[in-house]
Amino acid sequence: MTTKKHNLIDQRLQDLNDDGVDRRGFLKCMAWAGTGLVWTMSGGIPASRAFAKVYGKHAGKGGDFSFVQISDSHIGFSKPANPDVTATLQTAINKINAMPQKPDFIIHTGDLSQLSKPSEFDTLDQALKGAAAKQIYFVPGEHDMLSDNGEEYLKRYGKGTKGSGWYSFDHKGVHFVALVNVANLKAGGMGSLGHEQLEWLEGDLKGRSASTPIVLFAHIPLWTIYPDWGWGTDDSEQALSYVKRFGSVTVLNGHIHQIMQKIEGKVSFHTAMSTAFPQPAPGTAPSAGPMKVPTDQLQRVLGITDVNYLVSGSSLAIVDSPLGDSGSSASGSGRGLAVVDSLLG
Amino acid sequence: MTTKKIWIVGLATTVMIALMLLAETPSVAANDQPSGASADVKIDNFSFGPQTLTVSVGTTVVWTNRDDIPHTVVSTDGVFKSKVRDTDEKFSYTFTKAGTYPYFCSVHPKMTGKVVVQ
Repeated sequence: MTTKKHNLIDQRLQDLNDDGVDRRGFLKCMAWAGTGLVWTMSGGIPASRAFAKVYGKHAGKGGDFSFVQISDSHIGFSKPANPDVTATLQTAINKINAMPQKPDFIIHTGDLSQLSKPSEFDTLDQALKGAAAKQIYFVPGEHDMLSDNGEEYLKRYGKGTKGSGWYSFDHKGVHFVALVNVANLKAGGMGSLGHEQLEWLEGDLKGRSASTPIVLFAHIPLWTIYPDWGWGTDDSEQALSYVKRFGSVTVLNGHIHQIMQKIEGKVSFHTAMSTAFPQPAPGTAPSAGPMKVPTDQLQRVLGITDVNYLVSGSSLAIVDSPLGDSGSSASGSGRGLAVVDSLLG
Repeated sequence: MTTKKIWIVGLATTVMIALMLLAETPSVAANDQPSGASADVKIDNFSFGPQTLTVSVGTTVVWTNRDDIPHTVVSTDGVFKSKVRDTDEKFSYTFTKAGTYPYFCSVHPKMTGKVVVQ
């Protein structure tokens, strides 16, 4: 297992080498990710600001839609990295509400709260009530499952879900699967889906047409980014084996508070920025704790992710936008989704 | 003061100290030979330090979270389990039996440590 993970990282490094980026360059790119710019890990994912053009051309066609991913709001956190996480969540919501095309819904990829406190969930709910998209889909982060095996989280967000909160739904021809990889974690391990959930996932996907675009979302990355910090999911490979036959698979995660992406076969992986505080690029700090940046820089490293599904070409576009800058970075494989990450400000 | 009175005062003090220890560490089990000693484990940068702590039977181990992120202290074998500990919060447990007690943070399971009780 460990060797496999290392191979994966080596593969990523190799991909970068093929792109003319050496190992030092790789680390530099990782540092950029920490300051909110997109880096692409392998060929096939153009990182550019050209997405708006593409988006504009295709916007409005029947069946096209977009949704927004927000992540890691950590309501209740009040340390120097960001003493007012409620305000930055509000900024993120304002940004969503200002989008030219209203998203059909929002997904929150976990760590809604800092300590799973009812008051923290209340604050989050109150803020999200102001979002233009009324439908919000959640998955828990490890911070949301801190009390009584996630009872408080499940009471609020787990209606109609299975096990520790997993479920699936369809939207305009795209099949979405919300997975939970933060429950019942084992000593020494990383994220974990567990046998029961994997079995459910296999059954959930069975019988679906291979041409159905699939979106998997979960808190901890479903690909191994940095095992030393637990940035991966021990049994994600089994989950991914169930989606291999599908033509377009997009995996959206949070947890690491920075953008990372890669494409492996027909599967595009993408992690989102936090709305609360940044975390260091892998291995660049003694631990994965909150990264302190100058106050005027904070919104440049927080953001939201806009995912656009274009029926023409059956592709999804993902755009990451920082909260604190008008800039955004787009990526798309031309086959899958396009993701746009936006900074908060 | 008679010898008897001194003995009674001494006994009362011992009982008080024992009660105080019990009050601070609700998870404590009955001690055959309470040593009253304590030892510290600091949680810093997502790691337990020292990672392996060796103590004698009866020692109370106190974990202090010095990270900006909440952690837990959970025995791998189900012997003890803290509530979530935020910045500067503590958890203590008194070890009454010799043995090796592996534990981890159930929020960040890569964080592991052990207490060896002799």
